[in-house]
Amino acid sequence: MIDSAVLPNRAWSLTGLRQKLSGRWLFSVLLVAGCAVLSLLVLAPLYTLLSKSVENKAGEFVGLDNFARYLSSGGIESAFFNSLWVAGLSTVIVVSLAFMAAWALTRTRLPMTGWVRGVLVLPILAPSLLPAISLVYLFGNQGVLKDWLMGAEIYGPIGIIMGSCFWTFPHALMILLTAMDNADGRHYEAATALKASAWRTFWTVTVPGARYGLVSAAFVVFTLVITDFGVPKVIGGQFDVLATDIYKQVIGQQKFEMGAVVSVLLLLPAMLAFFADRYVQRKQSASFTARSVPYKPRVDRKRDAIGAMVLTPTVIFILAIIGMAVYASFVKFWPYNLDLSLNNYQFGRMDGGGWGAYINSLQMALGTMLVGTGLVFFNAWLMERTPQPKLLSGAFQFLSLLPLAVPGLVLGLSYIFFFNHPDNPLNVIYGSLLILILCTVSHFYAVSHLTAVTALKQLDKEFEAVGESLKASRWRVLFTVTLPLCLPAILDVALYLFVNAMTTVSAVVFLYGPNSQLASVAVLSMDEAGDIAPAAAMAVLITVTCAGAKLIQGALRYWVDRSTRAWRQGTE
Amino acid sequence: MKHLKKALALSALTFAMGAQAQTELTVYTAVEAEDLAKYAERFNEDHPDIKINWVRDSTGVITARLLAEKENPRADVVWGLAGTSLLMLKNEGMLAPYAPEGLEALSSKFRDSDETPSWVGMDAWMAAICVNTVEAENNNLPMPTSWQDLTNPVYQGHVVMPNPNSSGTGFLDVSAWLQMMGEDEGWTFMDGLHQNISRYTHSGSKPCKMAASGETAIGVSFAFRGARLKEQGAPLELVFPDEGLGWEVEATAIVNGTDNLDAAQTLVDWSISRQAMEMYNEGYAIVAMPGVAKPIPHFPDNAEELIIQNDFAWAAGNREAILAEWANRYDNKSEAE
Repeated sequence: MIDSAVLPNRAWSLTGLRQKLSGRWLFSVLLVAGCAVLSLLVLAPLYTLLSKSVENKAGEFVGLDNFARYLSSGGIESAFFNSLWVAGLSTVIVVSLAFMAAWALTRTRLPMTGWVRGVLVLPILAPSLLPAISLVYLFGNQGVLKDWLMGAEIYGPIGIIMGSCFWTFPHALMILLTAMDNADGRHYEAATALKASAWRTFWTVTVPGARYGLVSAAFVVFTLVITDFGVPKVIGGQFDVLATDIYKQVIGQQKFEMGAVVSVLLLLPAMLAFFADRYVQRKQSASFTARSVPYKPRVDRKRDAIGAMVLTPTVIFILAIIGMAVYASFVKFWPYNLDLSLNNYQFGRMDGGGWGAYINSLQMALGTMLVGTGLVFFNAWLMERTPQPKLLSGAFQFLSLLPLAVPGLVLGLSYIFFFNHPDNPLNVIYGSLLILILCTVSHFYAVSHLTAVTALKQLDKEFEAVGESLKASRWRVLFTVTLPLCLPAILDVALYLFVNAMTTVSAVVFLYGPNSQLASVAVLSMDEAGDIAPAAAMAVLITVTCAGAKLIQGALRYWVDRSTRAWRQGTE
Repeated sequence: MKHLKKALALSALTFAMGAQAQTELTVYTAVEAEDLAKYAERFNEDHPDIKINWVRDSTGVITARLLAEKENPRADVVWGLAGTSLLMLKNEGMLAPYAPEGLEALSSKFRDSDETPSWVGMDAWMAAICVNTVEAENNNLPMPTSWQDLTNPVYQGHVVMPNPNSSGTGFLDVSAWLQMMGEDEGWTFMDGLHQNISRYTHSGSKPCKMAASGETAIGVSFAFRGARLKEQGAPLELVFPDEGLGWEVEATAIVNGTDNLDAAQTLVDWSISRQAMEMYNEGYAIVAMPGVAKPIPHFPDNAEELIIQNDFAWAAGNREAILAEWANRYDNKSEAE
């Protein structure tokens, strides 16, 4: 490529090439490859569907006609406005609660925080149907706590906000914990030395330190809520939001072009959030530097009491929802026959694939975890820890966050259009487990990416600089310093991908084949058929599996903390 | 034609080899999951050499999936999908017309009207009102007997029905009301009904499920789901208004371009056989072959007389306009209060 015309000596040119390749060139080439992979997995499929927004049914280009038709069909303002305020309010609630929880878990000396962490991530371990069933059983017309709503109905904005808060909470918590886990003890020492009150320290040290995480968490929660149609569909009653409009257009009326229009409109608020996020992030610098001293909270009863107080309501809410769902899985016929029975757990006799579907789900989740974790972390490392042209890392950041703004339903259909096309050489994977894995990796790429980036950002750039002065390559720094330091975050990403793959429905429902039915889809079809208790039972089985994965991950994390991060024992 | 010849040659070859080699058919369906194993089993009693691989989902999802796969269809046969959906697929040129053995035995309402039909019927699912007897008593609600009854102010806030923009069942109701009452009166009826509706759902079975669990007293839904819920122990009464019931045919079709045309045709032949009709009759009161259906529990004995003269062509042709009008009237004020 680089020819001897420019470089006089062939041997010299090879060395030069090698040097260049091991230098910044190689990293940029690799990140370009990363961009290409994401383009293939996200951008190209999306284009096949979203381009329909400017076509008519026959596939002819019609400009913005569909948009005009959709916007003039009335009621759009209310759906748009509803989407915005429901997503906005959910974001405020979730980010506040998650931040308080993260603070209590990382800045106090409360006992049993490991278990509390376990409870707080429970919502992400459960298929979305569980909270839907629980909310109805708790607050519905026959609900045991119906009176708590003081005459208001669970079907509508209240239900949507409660359900959305429940399932998005762990997403926010994961980002915030990553942002706050590695605190620099020197800042707190300085604050103490300056005689700053605990309150002042909180606002001048803790909050600014978590700024990156806070903004990211807000961005993630807002986008997740505004693009989700699962909760509004099940519990939203007739409260119109944009995401359910996609459902109406595509599933109700098979109008792909109108579904594409709504999807494009849904991208707008998400884009806005994306650029706001970018703007704030520019000022971010590493909080955990090479000189940092791990923070160890001092003994402070009052602070710990506050910590316990902010954690308790969240823990109770989550346990109540999960507990109610577990109860529902044993009940014979809610609410008229409350006898308990184990019958609902005989999956062998059940429709929807039974144990076979469960095994498929496990394989799919493991595949997603392995492929996804590697891809996410390596790309995040390239973007964050190697020299990259600004434009390239910006493009990559955009591509990796894009899936967040795409409802699963839209992603799933896009995958059909793209991967099933007769001219696409990749169409052999259609209907296989592999396409389910790729689709799920793409679907959950954004939050995994943000977690990895948040962890990587906290490491001082000096690590690489020191490595360079010691003639250690970036690769060596990666394997000896960066990876071990980031192992907890990597384990978090792995778990996140595993559990989401176990529970996801919205995209894969379009992609499973005759031999790759999934347990999460079976849950939904059992519920559709009115078999609520068996559906709840299968959902509980999925939750237990995910909880098992969480326990294994917790044990690994503990071991990692002890063996490779012995020098910062005490942060936990 | 070329396709047919190729398939014939292929099938002759298979036959010549005397192979018991199993042909695998990918069959897309919206039939209830609990019935799929039974359907395949009964079919295999007669045709053990054809293995059915099911892909099942709700009507809307499976229809969207079939349409999205248009460029490169994956299904060989669609067995058990709403006639409205099959009409859409037919218009896209996605179905291979085929006149199965025994076609003449089907009632003319239950087949595509083309000479070589693109789809042939199995059974009909029909509208019904699910009334929760416990909740009705708690709220002192009289048992409704007609559609008009549902506009009685006594039911205010106690009725749930599917949104026709999201659910085929919902559209079936709306289209039936407009057909049997006439357009003006139909819309007036729905205006009155709207006053009593507590909410519109996105799924057609949800209103009946909500009635079964006491979340509402009255759910406008379809009979099959109500009957199954009743069997599970739900305190439900199924009401079949005598003004007439909306209904939809459930049908079978061959997907254009299948590599297994021979096996696909065998399956479609079997799907309208007498055994098949008797099998459908275990869950449905009305089947495509006249004279086969016996009365079944929870369904009215005169089901066949209750269903309206459904003009599917009219319904399909006016669907978009009806849905727009419906959304205009009832969707937008959903959260006004």
